[in-house]
Amino acid sequence: MLPDDPLRRVLYIDLTRRRSWTEERADLFEAGLGGTGVGIRLLEEECPPGADPLGPQNPIILSVGPLVGLFPLASKTVAMFKSPHTGNLGESHAGGRSAVALRLAGYGAIVIRGASTMPIYLVVDGDHVHFRDASALWGMSSSFTVGTVLRNRESGSGTRSILRIGRAGERQVTYATVIAETYRHFGRLGLGAVFGSKQLKALVIAGRHSLPVADRKLYRPVYEEIFQAATQSPLMKKYHELGTAMNILPLNEVRALPTRNLQAGSFEHAEAISGERLAAEYLGRRVACAHCPVACIHLAALRTPYPHDQYFYKTSMIGYDHEPIYATGSMLGIGDVPGMLRLMDEAEVQGLDVMSTGVVLAWATEAFQRGLITTKETDGLALAFGDAPTYIAAMQRIVSQPTEFYQALGRGVEHAAALYGGAEFALAFGRHEMPGYHTGPACHLGYLTGARHSHLDSAGYHLDQTTASKGETLTPEGIAAALLQEERWRQVLTSLVICLFARGVYTTETVLKALALAGFNWTADDLARLGAETLKRKNAFKTREGFDLAQVRIPRRILETPAPLSIPDEAFLRQAMASFTAGL
Amino acid sequence: MAKRLSVLDHERCVGCQSCMFACTRRLGEGGLASSCIWVHSAGGIRRGFVVVVCRACADPPCARVCPTDALHLREGGGVRLRPELCIACGNCVAACPFGAMLWNDETDKPQVCIYCGYCAPYCPYDVIALEEL
Repeated sequence: MLPDDPLRRVLYIDLTRRRSWTEERADLFEAGLGGTGVGIRLLEEECPPGADPLGPQNPIILSVGPLVGLFPLASKTVAMFKSPHTGNLGESHAGGRSAVALRLAGYGAIVIRGASTMPIYLVVDGDHVHFRDASALWGMSSSFTVGTVLRNRESGSGTRSILRIGRAGERQVTYATVIAETYRHFGRLGLGAVFGSKQLKALVIAGRHSLPVADRKLYRPVYEEIFQAATQSPLMKKYHELGTAMNILPLNEVRALPTRNLQAGSFEHAEAISGERLAAEYLGRRVACAHCPVACIHLAALRTPYPHDQYFYKTSMIGYDHEPIYATGSMLGIGDVPGMLRLMDEAEVQGLDVMSTGVVLAWATEAFQRGLITTKETDGLALAFGDAPTYIAAMQRIVSQPTEFYQALGRGVEHAAALYGGAEFALAFGRHEMPGYHTGPACHLGYLTGARHSHLDSAGYHLDQTTASKGETLTPEGIAAALLQEERWRQVLTSLVICLFARGVYTTETVLKALALAGFNWTADDLARLGAETLKRKNAFKTREGFDLAQVRIPRRILETPAPLSIPDEAFLRQAMASFTAGL
Repeated sequence: MAKRLSVLDHERCVGCQSCMFACTRRLGEGGLASSCIWVHSAGGIRRGFVVVVCRACADPPCARVCPTDALHLREGGGVRLRPELCIACGNCVAACPFGAMLWNDETDKPQVCIYCGYCAPYCPYDVIALEEL
C-alpha cells in the first residue's frame, strides 16, 4: 500500500460506550483489498457465532476499496453484517455518494458495534465523529423528510453521504433498507433492521481528502482509457439510455418475466410498464452515483392529484429500475404506471426493500385468493393482483403491523408461509425473496447457491440466456462450475469496489493496471486467489451460522411455470447444488 | 483572449463529479481536496444539481477584499491566486457570492479555478465548456 493512503484506517464506533477510535489495519487491505474481501474478514472478527442479528453483538461493517476515489465507476460501498432476514450472511452493496464519502473521509472501513439506549444518528466528518440525538427524527412517517432535515442540519454538501432508515427499519422489518442520499439503497437482507435494532437512525459521512497515486504521470492516461471505455462502450449504453428498465420487454418476449407471483412468465401489460414507455412518458431526470459518468439512475416525474381538492397536485420524483418494476409491476399484476410508481414511492417512504416487499405481497395475494388467509389476517384488505391502492395500504401495515399476519409478513415470505401455508408458491431461495428473472435452471441455481441469494452473485440468468441463444443444454455440473467461476470473479470486483455494471470495462488487465496505480502490485493469480478465498470465507460464515445448502427449500412454483430454458426437475437442481458445494 | 469555464446548462448535470475528479487529476492526485470546481444538489438529488466554479468576473469582489494582494486581476477577467502571498484570512471566500472560492482543508488555503479547461471533456453531458470571455 502507498504510505500515505488512508485506506488502511478503520474507524470503530461503539454505540454502547459512545466512543470512537481509529486503527491502522493495513493487514486487512493487503490481504483482502477492500469491499467484500475486507468486509468478510471484519465480520469474522466482530460477529460471534450464533449472535442475535437484532442484538448488540451484530456488527455493521461498511468497507470500500483502493480504486474508490481514484477511478470512475469505483463507486460502491459494501455492507457486511449478520442478516436478520436469512439468519446468516448479510451483504449489501450501495452507491450514491457513500463510497466516495467514506474513502475521502479518510478511511477504508467503518465498524459499528453495540447498540444505543436512545435514538441517535452519527456524523463522521473526516477525523471527527459526532453522536447526535435522533429522538425527534424517530418515528417520522417519511424517510424523505428525515433526509431533508439531515441535509439542512449537517454540513458538507456535495461529497457527503446521508444513510438513513425509514419506519420499516425502526420496526425491524427484516427486509428494511438503509437509504443512501435518495434512490440508492443498501437494499437487501435487512441492514435497515440492524440499524433499527441499534436505534441508529442515520449515518452521515463527509470528507474531502486527497489520495496518493503510485505514478502521477501514468495516472492520467490510465484513467482516460477507463473513462473512455465507460462512456463510449456499447456495453454501458443501455444504462445511459433506458436504464435497467430496458430488460422488461426482452424478458417478457421470452416468457422470463415473473408475473402474478410467477404464475406466468409473461405479462399482458408489459409494454405499459416497459423502459421504453417509462422513458417516453415519465422520465424526468437522470442522476448518477459519485464518480460514475454513466448516470443510470432514472427518475420518473409523477403528478398526483389530491382527492378532495380539485386542481391541487404534487409532483413526485420516483426512481425506477428493472427490479422495482418487476416487483411492483408484473409480480403484482399491475399494469398501470402511476399505481406501480406509487408503490415504489411507498417502499421508499417506509424504507422497505421493494423487491422483497413485492414478492411478499404477491404470495399474500395468492394465499388470500386460495383462502389460506382471510380479511381477518389482512386487517380488512382484500388483496388482489392489479389493485395498487390496496397494496399500498398493505405495505403500510407491514410496517405498522396491526395483526400477527403482518408481523409475519414483516419477516419475509419464507417465515409467513411456514406459519400460514403456501410454501409451494412462496418465492424465496435460502429465505431470500426472488429477483426478477425466470430464465431457466441457471438463474434459479444462482439464487440458491449465491452467497447472498442474489441474481448479482453469479448472474445465472445470463448463463441461461447465452445457452438458449446457442441452442445448447446445460448439465448440473456445468452450471455449478460456471456459477462458481463467475461468483469468484465478482468477489474481486466487489472488493475494489466497482459497480457491477462496469464489469465489462474492468477486465483482469484493467484491474491490475488500476490497482498498481493505487499502490497494489498484484498479479492475476493474486486476484484469482482473493476471489476463491473470499467466497470460501463467506460460505464458511453461512455454514457457521447454520446454513446448509442441501437443506434449502426449492419452491415448487419455479418448476410448474415454464421457463424459456426448461428446468428438468428438482433432482437436477439438487445435483447442481451438491456439485457447487463440492467445488467450493 | 481570456477564457473561463462556463456552465452551459446545469439541468443536464447528473452529479457524477467527473469534473471535480478531473481537476485534482490535473495535479496528479486522486481524491477531491484540490478541486476548484464543486457540484452539489439543489436541495436533494431529485431537484438536480448546481455547478459552482469561478465565473472570471470583470470586477472580482474577491480581489477587492484581499488584504495582501494575493489575488491578481487576470487580463480579460478573473483572478490568479498567489498562495505564497495568501495569509488564509478567508475574506475572499466570504466575498464570492457563488461560493466559487473554494477551500483546501489539507493546505488550509483558498483555491480557485485557473481556467485551464482540463475538466470540460470529462463531462459526458455537455454541462461545462471552456469559453472565450
